[in-house]
Amino acid sequence: MIAMARSSSFVRRLVLGLAALLCLAVTLPARAALTIDVVGAGANQISIAIVPFRAEEGLKQGITPVIAADLARSGLFKTVDPGGMVPVPYEPEQVNHPQWRARGADAVVIGSVAPMADGRYDVRFRLMDTHRQTQIAGYAYFVPAAELRHIAHRIADIIYEKLTGDAGVFSTRITYVVKRGSQYTLQVADADGHGAETIFTSNEPIISPAWSPDGTRLAYVSFEGRKPVVYVQSLITGDKRAVANYSGSNSAPAWSPDGRRLAVVLTKDGGSSIYLVNADGSGGATRLVSSSGIDTEPNFAPDGQSIIFTSDRGGSPQIYRAPVSGGAAQRLTFDGTYNVSPRHSPDGKGFVFVQRNGGRFNVAVQDFATRQVQLLTDGRVDESPSFAPNGRMILYAANLGSRGILAAVSSDGRVKQRFLENAGDVREPAWGPALKK
Amino acid sequence: MRTLLVTATLLTLLSACSSTPTKEQEGAAVEDRKPTAAAADAAGGQTGKPRPDAGISGKPLDAQTRAVDPLKDPANILSKRSVYFDYDSNLVKDEYKPLVTAHAKYLSQNRAAQLTIQGNTDERGSREYNIALGQRRADAVKQMMTLLGAPAAQIETVSFGEEKPRAQGEDDKAYAENRRADIVYRGE
Repeated sequence: MIAMARSSSFVRRLVLGLAALLCLAVTLPARAALTIDVVGAGANQISIAIVPFRAEEGLKQGITPVIAADLARSGLFKTVDPGGMVPVPYEPEQVNHPQWRARGADAVVIGSVAPMADGRYDVRFRLMDTHRQTQIAGYAYFVPAAELRHIAHRIADIIYEKLTGDAGVFSTRITYVVKRGSQYTLQVADADGHGAETIFTSNEPIISPAWSPDGTRLAYVSFEGRKPVVYVQSLITGDKRAVANYSGSNSAPAWSPDGRRLAVVLTKDGGSSIYLVNADGSGGATRLVSSSGIDTEPNFAPDGQSIIFTSDRGGSPQIYRAPVSGGAAQRLTFDGTYNVSPRHSPDGKGFVFVQRNGGRFNVAVQDFATRQVQLLTDGRVDESPSFAPNGRMILYAANLGSRGILAAVSSDGRVKQRFLENAGDVREPAWGPALKK
Repeated sequence: MRTLLVTATLLTLLSACSSTPTKEQEGAAVEDRKPTAAAADAAGGQTGKPRPDAGISGKPLDAQTRAVDPLKDPANILSKRSVYFDYDSNLVKDEYKPLVTAHAKYLSQNRAAQLTIQGNTDERGSREYNIALGQRRADAVKQMMTLLGAPAAQIETVSFGEEKPRAQGEDDKAYAENRRADIVYRGE
């Protein structure tokens, strides 16, 4: 009797233990892993009213709250109270433009959701101009429940584009590393911090994640082998392979615009130098840049013809540009003694970087043509800046006290966002590409 | 008892290493001596009796009969593994030269040994630039070792940059502790 009790309690513990392990493996956070504060506003804010869609309240995932939050977070929109209109407008002929104008709204969003026979949802929206009293845009989507949140972001993108002239980035994704105790996790989340997925977990550091241009792969540096090695992992299949694992240190991966190669920094030939390797790990490494100093942090121009990178060949770390086909490097930064971490803007007209001033490290942008520098942040240690694919926001790593957080700033410096993670230290962010329409 | 066994084992091994006969053969040599021993014997005027040290060349043993790994012996400089650097510098300061020299010598004398020098920086600045700075520190130690005769093929240099600090904290003391190159032997 006692023997049976002992063994069944062992089995019970085993089962509970396994269940706990499984739970760890499949649990996704119920609410956002990152929550976002906004301060500041664009030069001219657009006033917009977003009327809750017909039949939306029955859904597990609301649509208009996501749209409203996206637009407000950009700092370019002021939301107008949509309530109290009688009748509630769902169709264009129901929109009372003079009444909306009286509330101060320049634009109104209306729409509806209806379940379809096959289990999907029919989601429709229209963007109305209260001044011209016309429809600006209208679309219908047929999506499964799991994609309702994504469709809300796509609708917010369209609204943003129609009213500001720039492509929206609400439906894009970001990647970052979370450190909790001695555990490092590489994560991918929506641009609003929701839906965080774990891509890779390790007890050794992970740094420098980089998105492939088509958004299906991440390159990153992992220290799991007790030295830095560059890996590429598919976000679709999970396949992970080392693409640069030479003697010495391997780091700083940067994708070529055609997604076939990576610029990396290797020390195999003595000193940190920039090489090209194939993104599938085949073949060897071709040296790209040579100097007597450190060359690191390569980043391809959007046209793939040149790279910008950090080099201390002149005695202090500064930013240089060199043609990929070979040829002399040209120095770009001349303010101060520490300019590092350059990344091109999507239009290729300038770059974002980190500049040290006194004891602080801040994010700045420089225009190639005019060489003008604009400082955008004033934190203590701001690092790892990257542009959103529309060139309008810059995501970077900052500190809140001694805790690492993510932050974003608009490229004109006016709008600032702070992303707060529930627990842990967040660092090394990178903004993902726009998805193909 | 154990000491006796160890001594006996060491003696057996030593005698096996040398080109002279083993203990068992020694017995045989009593009857059938080597010419040199016989000549010496004749010269010495003694016949018939085996001379205990005839025909054997042994290596003198020091007082320690238990083998201690010098790399782990706290009394040995080889157990010291860290070289510290000034801010923004990869110069190996004079106070670390004895340590580096000792490891270089160990490598020359132990051709199967392999070590990795891991470079580190304090946390200030770009992570990737700090990988490169840490690498420079590791390379500076390697260069000193190879100049002192250590074979380059036995040394790998890698960098952890600011990623694996030994001291947490944002004060000068923590920063100084982290500006460091560590020597780690393969298998450790």
